[in-house]
Amino acid sequence: MIVSDAVVVGAGVVGASIAYGLLREGLSVELLDEGDAALRASRGNFGLVWVSGKGATLPDYALWTLASADAWAGHAAGLEEETGLSVGYHKPGGVDLCFSDEELEQKRALLQTLNDAVGAERYQARMLTRQEVLDIIPTVGPDVVGAGFCPHDGHCGSLSLLRALHAAYAKRKGTAYRAGEVMLNIRKVGTGYAVLTRDNVYKTRKIVLAAGLGNKTLGPLVGIDSPVFPLKGQVLATERTALRVDWLTPYVRQTDEGYFLLGDSMEHDGFNTFSNVAVIRGIARRSLRSFPFLKDLRLVRTWAALRVMTADGYPVYDESERFPGVFSIGCHSGVTLSAVHATRLARMIADGALAPEVSAFSARRFDVQEN
Amino acid sequence: MFKRIDKHEEKTLSFTFEGEPVKALEGDTVAGALLLKGESVFRQSAVSGENRAPYCLMGICFECLVEINGVPNRQACMVKVEDGMNVNRQKRAVEVKAP
Ligand SMILES: Cc1cc2nc3c(=O)[nH]c(=O)nc-3n(C[C@H](O)[C@H](O)[C@H](O)COP(=O)(O)OP(=O)(O)OC[C@H]3O[C@@H](n4cnc5c(N)ncnc54)[C@H](O)[C@@H]3O)c2cc1C
Ligand code: FES
Repeated sequence: MIVSDAVVVGAGVVGASIAYGLLREGLSVELLDEGDAALRASRGNFGLVWVSGKGATLPDYALWTLASADAWAGHAAGLEEETGLSVGYHKPGGVDLCFSDEELEQKRALLQTLNDAVGAERYQARMLTRQEVLDIIPTVGPDVVGAGFCPHDGHCGSLSLLRALHAAYAKRKGTAYRAGEVMLNIRKVGTGYAVLTRDNVYKTRKIVLAAGLGNKTLGPLVGIDSPVFPLKGQVLATERTALRVDWLTPYVRQTDEGYFLLGDSMEHDGFNTFSNVAVIRGIARRSLRSFPFLKDLRLVRTWAALRVMTADGYPVYDESERFPGVFSIGCHSGVTLSAVHATRLARMIADGALAPEVSAFSARRFDVQEN
Repeated sequence: MFKRIDKHEEKTLSFTFEGEPVKALEGDTVAGALLLKGESVFRQSAVSGENRAPYCLMGICFECLVEINGVPNRQACMVKVEDGMNVNRQKRAVEVKAP
């Protein structure tokens, strides 16, 4: 029997951020993950730490995202200090290009809603004219008529982030997370719980289910409804270039290593993780229309990965009523939220309850409302 | 270091690597022909400048990048030798002509 204060199930970017945070809160932690065949959004994502436009129908989410963006520079510096690994975080502000007056109007309305909800001085989103876009990105194509801009948007190396989180966890704990430990069930044992895998029993008081799409089946074991579903995204990577740019858009960005990454589609395609040419072509077209200089670059890779999505795109955070101390944490935008997951959310879990600032993220919002 | 395992009846081809003539058999990949000749430096890393050579020989790792007939960043392990090809080391990240 392996005993710890908390067991975190799932070592993707969400579980690894929380486990690292719980260690920093002084708890002893076991972090379990599946084998290499696992579905992992954390290994196929686009690496944005993105604020702009999120939470238009739920200001709590806009604020939670903004809190994470504010904490990200410290998060990146902390990980680098603990592990010596850079996560390649930069915060140039995000430029969201528009190609028609209609798109400009939609973007203006969206950013206005968020400026109003959060406070314009805090949110700082604004519209850019074509000339203002050119001042930031001299290489945009002729069809660009303007853009939305938000100074809080940034990006990082998503694989570097995951590696640094795993390394920081291992360094604090003294051993790496446990790969190949699939959680099968949870039992009440005395005043605590037993987490069962094929080969081991983990005795603990707190459990965090952070198994990505796996939460859909794990949540019900403790009476938590976790309505997450796969939403496929595809990404293209160019060869490395000597050209270095310091701007960021939501679907074309440059990594620290010199690649341009082009994203990112949204497809309802079940658990299928194959790339396909029609979608790749669409991504390439939009990227070329935005940045004609990309036509001279060769693509070296493409991949597909599955988002951990909810019906409204917002996170699902819940504590079990029947199994107090067992939490289910699932979300899209786990990279963006890594900084608040490792700090505020980990503290709430260590303190024993989800705080009001995240209560809007309960999956109970999807229940049928009665008048 | 490397030897052919079969006797081949295939046609002999020739290409150049860094301007030097290299012999190959029809069906050889550029990487295979260069390794057979004893070449161990295919490119310099675009990040560190370190010398690199093929690793997986099956199109996955992108360690074998060379310039073929003026086109940069081609995978030597995925391209078959053609008579008269000009192959050079991939020496740096590609320049992009930004307007
Ligand atoms: C194409 C694409 C682009 C994206 N772009 C961005 C972006 O730019 N910015 C951003 O913030 N987010 C982005 N995301 C979303 C982000 O990647 C996800 O929100 C995040 O990775 C989810 O992390 P996770 O740890 O919850 O899930 P996962 O990465 O899926 O990890 C879940 C883990 O749980 C483990 N597991 C499952 N079941 C069990 C079990 N029974 N026992 C033990 N372990 C188990 C698995 O092994 C797996 O490692 C993108 C996603 C995709 C697909
Ligand atoms: S040697 Fe790995 S891709 Fe060519």
